[in-house]
Amino acid sequence: MTSLNSTGRSMVRTDAAVIASVSSTLRRTRERAFISSATHLLRMLRHIPVGLVLAWLVIGVAVLWALIPDLFTSYSATIGVARQQLRAPSAEHWFGTDALGRDLYARIVYGAGNSLTGAFVAVGVGLIVGTALGLVAGSARSRVDGAIMRSVDVLLSIPQLLLSLSIVILLGFGTVNAAIAVGITSIASFARLARSEVVRVRSSDYVEAAFGSGGTFGRVLMRHVLPNSLTSVIGLAALQFGSAILAISTLGFLGYGAPPPTPEWGLLIAEGRNYIARAWWLTTVPGIILILVVLSANRISESFSRSRS
Amino acid sequence: MSRYLIKRIGQAIVVLWAAFTVSFVLLQALPGDAILIKFLNPELGLGPEQIADIRASYAADVSVPVQYFHTVANFLTGNFGYSIQAGVPVGDVLVANLPPTIWLAALGFMLAVVVAVGISALSVLTPFIWVRSLFRSLPSLFISTPVFWLGILLIQIFSFQLKLIPVINPGPWQALVLPVLTLAVPISAPLAQVLMRNIDHVLTEPFVAVARAKGASRRWVLWRHVAKNAVLPTLTIAGILFGELLAGAVVTEAVFGLNGIGGLTQRAVTNQDIAVLQAIVVFSAAAFVIINLVVDLLYPVFDPRLRSKGEVVA
Repeated sequence: MTSLNSTGRSMVRTDAAVIASVSSTLRRTRERAFISSATHLLRMLRHIPVGLVLAWLVIGVAVLWALIPDLFTSYSATIGVARQQLRAPSAEHWFGTDALGRDLYARIVYGAGNSLTGAFVAVGVGLIVGTALGLVAGSARSRVDGAIMRSVDVLLSIPQLLLSLSIVILLGFGTVNAAIAVGITSIASFARLARSEVVRVRSSDYVEAAFGSGGTFGRVLMRHVLPNSLTSVIGLAALQFGSAILAISTLGFLGYGAPPPTPEWGLLIAEGRNYIARAWWLTTVPGIILILVVLSANRISESFSRSRS
Repeated sequence: MSRYLIKRIGQAIVVLWAAFTVSFVLLQALPGDAILIKFLNPELGLGPEQIADIRASYAADVSVPVQYFHTVANFLTGNFGYSIQAGVPVGDVLVANLPPTIWLAALGFMLAVVVAVGISALSVLTPFIWVRSLFRSLPSLFISTPVFWLGILLIQIFSFQLKLIPVINPGPWQALVLPVLTLAVPISAPLAQVLMRNIDHVLTEPFVAVARAKGASRRWVLWRHVAKNAVLPTLTIAGILFGELLAGAVVTEAVFGLNGIGGLTQRAVTNQDIAVLQAIVVFSAAAFVIINLVVDLLYPVFDPRLRSKGEVVA
């Protein structure tokens, strides 16, 4: 600024210059802030585990398939299209068609409902019964503990597939029965984990304090011990979800799951087996989808156990 | 030591008895009747009295506790009942179906050991990180792969695309190649996982640092010092591996149409042939218990550190 008694015009100009300089510094700081936030964002992006995001994405799509299958495909899962038998994958039929002209993509989408429901039932049975047993064993101690845990050990001495086959014989064939059978085989691992967690939590100070401040056995168990023991049990549930899908599809493949027209992933592969010479996609594609879902469930359960440790 | 031995054997017998009881409760005591399924078929034209006679000949008409004691006594004397579908003693059926499964399981297990050792060695020795992590993630991929799908995929590739192994009338060895490959994959996965975890653990031990500090190369340390210590703990999963082998054999035999214990199991479930399934369940539980017992007893023999500790305690 050259003179103090300058005209209003020059005053304005100087003001404008000041404003300009201020705004340019502002802009610069804003740019810098933007750049720093961008690098921050990049750094954050680099820290996001891509595999884990993909895993959640796969599971999310599978759950959506199970919940609203008709939004994903316009074809029917059980009624074939005439003169469209055994078509290779194309723009019209993404995963090809089977021997009855049914769209394989539609069958996989609708099959997600069966396979995921089965897995949920299986994990539910294992989680509820196993955790209850572990909770009682871990908090009761002494004889009750010993009795429960020894009988759980007996379940472990019979190979899982044979145990689930024995239960399927008893309950009869079908998706839900196969799922319950698979769930019963996982009771042992849930009970053992829940028991060890309960024993760990029970010896902590806040549980002592809860008892000391007059909490009854049942109340302390429900309000303090159970919620604090659940984290690792949930991690196991995620892991069991993946292996339950596999085990149920194995039972389905052997023919003990859903009856034929039902689209179930294991059954799809079993049905495609008769056409391996002519239609590779009928077995290959459902298998890959199955592997992707199981891998994703396992990846998610791994992230649970990592965040715990 | 002998008291410990007796105690362990006693525990094993109790577990075995409990497993037998579980299988009895599941298969025999609860409703579901194979005899009715087979003989109520109207084409056979049997009257209710004749069916009652047949039931009596299978001792299916007595009360549950009596059946239980019958079955226990029979199992103890080596009489495992009659296969209702085949009409022959279960023991004969089992013996007839055993050889193919033993071949399949033995070869599959050996290949699985080779694959697992290969994967875990490469996951440590390869110079590139990305190759190492690739090998590290292989076992979790193997675990997530359905065995039946893998078998079908192998048939597709080797029999139909490459035409290396004929589908119809393959030679006795050719017929085993694909089933053994199929079975080896799910068995190798837990083995490789345990091996890799052990190697990681042993690598952090002080004696490894000492050996390295004395100038031993990484490879030398791995083979001379780490391998020995990492292999031992894999013995502890022997029982689990046996279960996996049996389950794998059921599925593999179903895919490849082999006539072993696995195929027998599948037919027994489909036809509700309960005596056969019960014998298979009890035998596999017995094998599981014996394997675990042997591992427990042999472990101190292989690991001198445990032996000295055991002697101090005793």
